[in-house]
Amino acid sequence: MCAQMYYRGKMFGFVHLYNGQEAVSTGFIKLLKKEDSVVSTYRDHVHALSKGVSARAVMSELFGKTTGCCRGQGGSMHMFSKEHNLLGGFAFIGEGIPVATGAAFTSKYRREVLKEADCDHVTLAFFGDGTCNNGQFFECLNMAALWKLPIVFVVENNLWAIGMSHLRATSDPQIYKKGPAFGMPGIYVDGMDVLKVREVAKTAIERARRGEGPTLVECETYRFRGHSLADPDELRDPAEKAHYTARDPITALKKYIIENKLASEADLKAVDKKIEEVVEDAVEFADESPHPPRSQLLENVFADPKGFGIGPDGRYRCEDPKFTEGTAQV
Amino acid sequence: MLGAARQKMLGQSLQRIRPMEKVFRSYSSAAKQMTVREALNSALDEEMSADPKVFLMGEEVGEYQGAYKISKGLLDKYGPERVLDTPITEAGFTGIGVGAAYYGLRPVIEFMTFNFAMQAIDHIINSAAKSNYMSAGQMTVPIVFRGPNGAAAGVGAQHSQCYAAWYGSCPGLKVLSPYSSEDARGLLKAAIRDPDPVVFLENELIYGESFPVSSEALDSSFCLPIGKAKIEREGKDVTITAFSKMVGFSLKAAEILEKEGISAEVINLRSIRPLDRSTINASVRKTNRLVTVEEGFPQHGVGAEICATVVEDSFGYLDAPVERIAGADVPMPYAANLERMAVPQVEDIVRAAKRACYRYVSTAAAA
Repeated sequence: MCAQMYYRGKMFGFVHLYNGQEAVSTGFIKLLKKEDSVVSTYRDHVHALSKGVSARAVMSELFGKTTGCCRGQGGSMHMFSKEHNLLGGFAFIGEGIPVATGAAFTSKYRREVLKEADCDHVTLAFFGDGTCNNGQFFECLNMAALWKLPIVFVVENNLWAIGMSHLRATSDPQIYKKGPAFGMPGIYVDGMDVLKVREVAKTAIERARRGEGPTLVECETYRFRGHSLADPDELRDPAEKAHYTARDPITALKKYIIENKLASEADLKAVDKKIEEVVEDAVEFADESPHPPRSQLLENVFADPKGFGIGPDGRYRCEDPKFTEGTAQV
Repeated sequence: MLGAARQKMLGQSLQRIRPMEKVFRSYSSAAKQMTVREALNSALDEEMSADPKVFLMGEEVGEYQGAYKISKGLLDKYGPERVLDTPITEAGFTGIGVGAAYYGLRPVIEFMTFNFAMQAIDHIINSAAKSNYMSAGQMTVPIVFRGPNGAAAGVGAQHSQCYAAWYGSCPGLKVLSPYSSEDARGLLKAAIRDPDPVVFLENELIYGESFPVSSEALDSSFCLPIGKAKIEREGKDVTITAFSKMVGFSLKAAEILEKEGISAEVINLRSIRPLDRSTINASVRKTNRLVTVEEGFPQHGVGAEICATVVEDSFGYLDAPVERIAGADVPMPYAANLERMAVPQVEDIVRAAKRACYRYVSTAAAA
């Protein structure tokens, strides 16, 4: 649906779709409490939805409307939600990892220094295979293990960083081995099977909650579409794509449910229909939502708007009512 | 120690020489002397004891007592959970600070110098400054990035850059640069209490300089407003704007100019972003001439911004073109004589002020 909307011109800029990797997001995030936090990259729509942000809010944000989760100011790559503890949404790879480590640090600080004894919030940091060659990744593995922070580093290894194959970019492609080098367990899991991911996620999250420190989990997964909607996706071998499409996590789960008689075909068809309705409703809602008003341009730059300084009349600019209308000069 | 002895002497002389009170005006509020280092240390100490959410993170801030001894004694007082020695990972620990700030803790991140902060500049700008905006107000980042900025003595090109202009151009950041101990105390306290990311640019060479501080500055709730400049010395012939170490040089230049009959008004900017345009413009409208002084590179510098500001707001009031004194347009050389040439000196400021005054013959210049 996102792709359709993009090609119809309702969405713009950089949009990165998550098709094929859903098992990782669902497997991990559905085990979290509301107070646990999730930090992601630009491929964050599904992380936002899994964490509890409503489909309407996500779609409006993608359309750049004022009813979006960030009032249209963030966009596809920058989804934040204080209520659901979704800390973004970062465009630079590796940028989210230290921020996630900081959120985990806060959890520990609140427990030990501020004496909130029941604060056992865990943080999940999601990032890709390309990020695992970035300096910030190693810096954070080191500090998280050193200070025993309650964080789980989840690598969504989809084998491709735009057009750069993981095997061409990395000296040792087995990412989970980098965990023990820093003193934390490194686990490898098949990221196309949501139940296996859930098993591993459970152990890692429980470990962090008990205060035993971080874990590095490498999920082998695949993205069915290109890196972004602007990516022609010419470098990937069609045979490889076919191999992974056959292992589509959603169809696999469907097969599992039907084989184990956990629900009937009709039930699943009803779920499918409901999903379509939610999506249609979200698109309609987003379409009908208003664009941000002109006065929104200067809002939220500072928490304390005195940061805009003192205007030529000697008063703080934010006290001038014309300021946010955009008629005063900044 | 010297300050206390002097204070006692003055106290006694005050009682005896009542009619001469106005001569001792600057000491009448029982001035204490304090170095900038002590001022910063006391500000950190007070803010950390007032709010348990404030913590200090950086290289060598704990057991080493601070690379420049700014955080002396804090580890013993607050423990290793609140004064954290980090590995040498600027990008990593700056990001950790930002993540903690998202959750309402109030980190103070110390960079050994702001040159090293370039390894973390992505976090300062992309995850701290822009977050409140990108999340539409959901993620506020009450963080302070502090450390020495600008040239020190003989440390070479990679340790001497002034970053005021770079950070000053970024929306979402507040950039402060203190000069005296009172500035250091008041601005650091204001920065720590501020809900937005603040870049606090100190200067290594003035850490050891002593300044008188009034008793109200010693109070633990003392805060200076962000965005207001201070007129260090009033004058009527030419306005000199400066920040950090250059304020000291400008004051010395003003004394030299006084002897030559030019009364210079020296403005200590204190706040690079937001820039106190109204104070600068009011001063230029009074004196009609402007000299901007800074230590950083000239192109796209703070002086360039001030000049543009004055041209936009007070063009008709200018009697002479704006004089811009900045560091030389070269990476900082190592040799002592070359370094002296690459950084503005008092003579340069005097020369520029005279140029601003004599360029057009006017009664003010002839005085």
